[in-house]
Amino acid sequence: MSDPERRLGVCDYPLAERRPDLVKTARGKALDELTLAAVESGEVTLEDLRITPRALRDQADVSRDAGRPALARNFERAAELVDVPQDFLLEVYELLRPGRAKTKAELLEAADTLRASHGAERMAVFVEEAAEVYERRGLFTYRF
Amino acid sequence: MTDSSNIDAGNGANRWRRFADWDERPLRLDKFAVEDPENGFAAFRGARDPAPGVVVEGGRVVSMDGTAVADFDMIDFFVAEHHLDVALAETAMAIPSERIAHMLVDVAVPRTELTRLAHGLTPAKLAEVVAQLSSIELAFAFSKMRTRKTPGNQGHVTNAKDDPLQLAADAAIAVAFGFDEIETTMRVARNAWSNALACAVGASVGRWGTLFQCASEESEELQIGMAGFTSYAETVSVYGTERAFTDGDDTPWSKAFLAAAYASRGIKMRCTSGAASELLMGFHESKSLLYLEARCLCLQRAMGVQGTQNGGIDGAPLASSMPGGVRELMAENLIAAWLDLECATGNDARHSESEIRVGAKILPFLIAGSDLVCSGMGSILKYDNSFNPSSFNGEEMEDFLVLQRDFEADGGLTSVEEATALDLRRRAIDALAAVLSELGLGDPTSAMKRSVAVASGSNDTESYLPRDVVRISDAIKARGINVLDVIKALAARGFREEAQNLLNVVRLRVSGDYLQTAAVVRGGHVVSAVNDPNDYTGPGTGYRLSDARREELSAIRDVLTREEVLRTEAAFAGAEARRIAYRTLGVAAAGGPANEIVIGVSPAFGVKLYQTLAGHPLSAVLRALSDGNSAKGGTARIVRMRHTADTSFLGLSAARLAGSGIGIGLQAKGTAVIHQSDRLPHHNLELFSNAPITTLAHYRLLGENAATYAAGEMPDPVVVPTAGMALGARYHAQVALVYAIETALAEDGAKPEEIEITYLKAVP
Repeated sequence: MSDPERRLGVCDYPLAERRPDLVKTARGKALDELTLAAVESGEVTLEDLRITPRALRDQADVSRDAGRPALARNFERAAELVDVPQDFLLEVYELLRPGRAKTKAELLEAADTLRASHGAERMAVFVEEAAEVYERRGLFTYRF
Repeated sequence: MTDSSNIDAGNGANRWRRFADWDERPLRLDKFAVEDPENGFAAFRGARDPAPGVVVEGGRVVSMDGTAVADFDMIDFFVAEHHLDVALAETAMAIPSERIAHMLVDVAVPRTELTRLAHGLTPAKLAEVVAQLSSIELAFAFSKMRTRKTPGNQGHVTNAKDDPLQLAADAAIAVAFGFDEIETTMRVARNAWSNALACAVGASVGRWGTLFQCASEESEELQIGMAGFTSYAETVSVYGTERAFTDGDDTPWSKAFLAAAYASRGIKMRCTSGAASELLMGFHESKSLLYLEARCLCLQRAMGVQGTQNGGIDGAPLASSMPGGVRELMAENLIAAWLDLECATGNDARHSESEIRVGAKILPFLIAGSDLVCSGMGSILKYDNSFNPSSFNGEEMEDFLVLQRDFEADGGLTSVEEATALDLRRRAIDALAAVLSELGLGDPTSAMKRSVAVASGSNDTESYLPRDVVRISDAIKARGINVLDVIKALAARGFREEAQNLLNVVRLRVSGDYLQTAAVVRGGHVVSAVNDPNDYTGPGTGYRLSDARREELSAIRDVLTREEVLRTEAAFAGAEARRIAYRTLGVAAAGGPANEIVIGVSPAFGVKLYQTLAGHPLSAVLRALSDGNSAKGGTARIVRMRHTADTSFLGLSAARLAGSGIGIGLQAKGTAVIHQSDRLPHHNLELFSNAPITTLAHYRLLGENAATYAAGEMPDPVVVPTAGMALGARYHAQVALVYAIETALAEDGAKPEEIEITYLKAVP
């Protein structure tokens, strides 16, 4: 996922000011195209005001360079979730809450979907890890 | 022996009544708890806190803080897997805790060395280290370890009616005061969309860059964020025991998933934790507040969140009921900063009814600086705070501003002028009304708008009621109205500056710069621990007030100037000139009849100064003294001293001129003394030192007593009763300015002048 050609660091931050050339919206617009006039004309949509996987991976580079590897890993997981539809996102969140999944298989299935349909490898591994621990700690149990 | 049946347990004869006085103090409403580690009531030393330790085998943690991997609960597992750096852990854990505690307060050890070291430390070790620091060391270490150099603050914007007009007006005010973040929540859960829209519009008035959150149910909060109304979230709570965590209806994995989900939507996020939440939830495992919070904080770093709000939060009042509880809150804030997390340092849920306890609690964070001093100061009145009253609220806003000025400490806030405040409120209300109308959500009347603009709180408004708001909120949600619709509506109705400001905030999420640790927006730029890292290494380093910022902190309202004092006196001069005329007769001679006393007035008396600190015209004071004196058979001569303005010397000089040897010294500000010619200067007969509470009746009695002394008798000294007011605080700035006017007119060696007085009409 990471692009070795484009390993950013603290010196590139804030990207919007130091590296505006690298900041593009999901539809390829540059930051300075996101004007009020463009909003009024309908040229800029909510889609243009979302973060991109690219931007999250760039921010992960910055975090790592700043000595914050755990934050970087979160941004990398987040990059995988950008294009995951809201409904499925909330469904996985719900499934990870205590007692929602009644069996380990339900969580493993969600992990498979994350991996297969959304290319979310890191997130899938993360959900699989949860499944292991939930089983050991007896979380697949009646709660309400 | 006392008959026990006569003992009155209340306020009777067998009780020192000071205890009854103490019973009435607000402090006594606070309940304090005995230390009871077995039952979870221990700030630092829990009955079952483990000893720190780690064992790594084959690159994996096999034991942490005395628990083998097979017995790990969810939290242990998550911390061992995602927080601990296995390459570092054994080396870091081998350093004695005392040594690390020293490093935390040693200015020669850079912050970055300590944050790296923390990657290898377990919860029990982190807790053991900070527990060694005293309160002052905790505060100092916090100022060194906090992440962002420039301090900031967060405010609550809510009201008891969920009235969107008031939310908009109050959001604009919070922005003007300088809050970096504002947070709203609702009385009625389904009003979330209306609250979000109203605050987003209000926060776009005046300047841009204040981040905004709407605390709501997890999935709705995320949806509101995705619609673009909010820019951060912080109600992602974590707990230090497994059972508390699952009762909170989450796990470390579900919360970490949420953390990634927020980042994937370009929304800044921090977690919430804090002492005593596990105790409140009934699953404390006989562990100390600090150890459980250390687990929470390691968990948060492990999840990869950029920051935390901790320091008690909702558990602050319970933590504060224990011995050392407030010190523990400081210790847990320090662990957060040490783990390199942005720290919103609590100081929100009001931990005490005692204003002294509240002020004492905020001080270390105010002077140490904090990423966000309060994780929610009430910018609104207490009863309007839908989270619950904060340590500081709308009522106490100016107290906070003055504390900043007192200590030259930046708590993130700046005074707002009265006229500006009203303009901003009106602008925000008009902007929101325009949006509601443009989007077909409502048409507030001008009466509603007027009532909200001037209202201090929702009790004063004639505006939307919760039921009206439900309709607005449901419509926003049902019609899928998003922030771009609002921006367009603002622009279409001529609120282009506000439209641009709101767009600027939403645009932040494209680059994600504000997702980095401790990011806020200042002057249109993202400022975070990445580009504004705390680089404190001793005096002269780290955050220092710029001259401009110092001036902002100094500029509270109604400050006294010399010009103002002179203006006030000049305004009084005309009225006084119609009441009394002074004529100078030449140098005053000594001696006179045996019943003669001399009233020695100060150099500026009736010349530049015309009223006492209590507001009595000087003519009335002179008349009261003379009347009292003649009522007891004395005669009075008036002399202006020109060589001194000091009360004692005025009085003694007057006494030396008087035929009776008794003199009255009288300063223009009203301080008076009875003196006798053979006494030492500062050993007078009677002194009225509290001019602000001295009445004309007191001056008359003083005149009577002077005559009585002159007759060689001993009167009852006049007592001016005081109710214990802080007269110095109320008057000394004015006293110093007034007195400087007196001393400027005094000349060394100048002779006293005889003064003839004519009263021009009855003194009121």
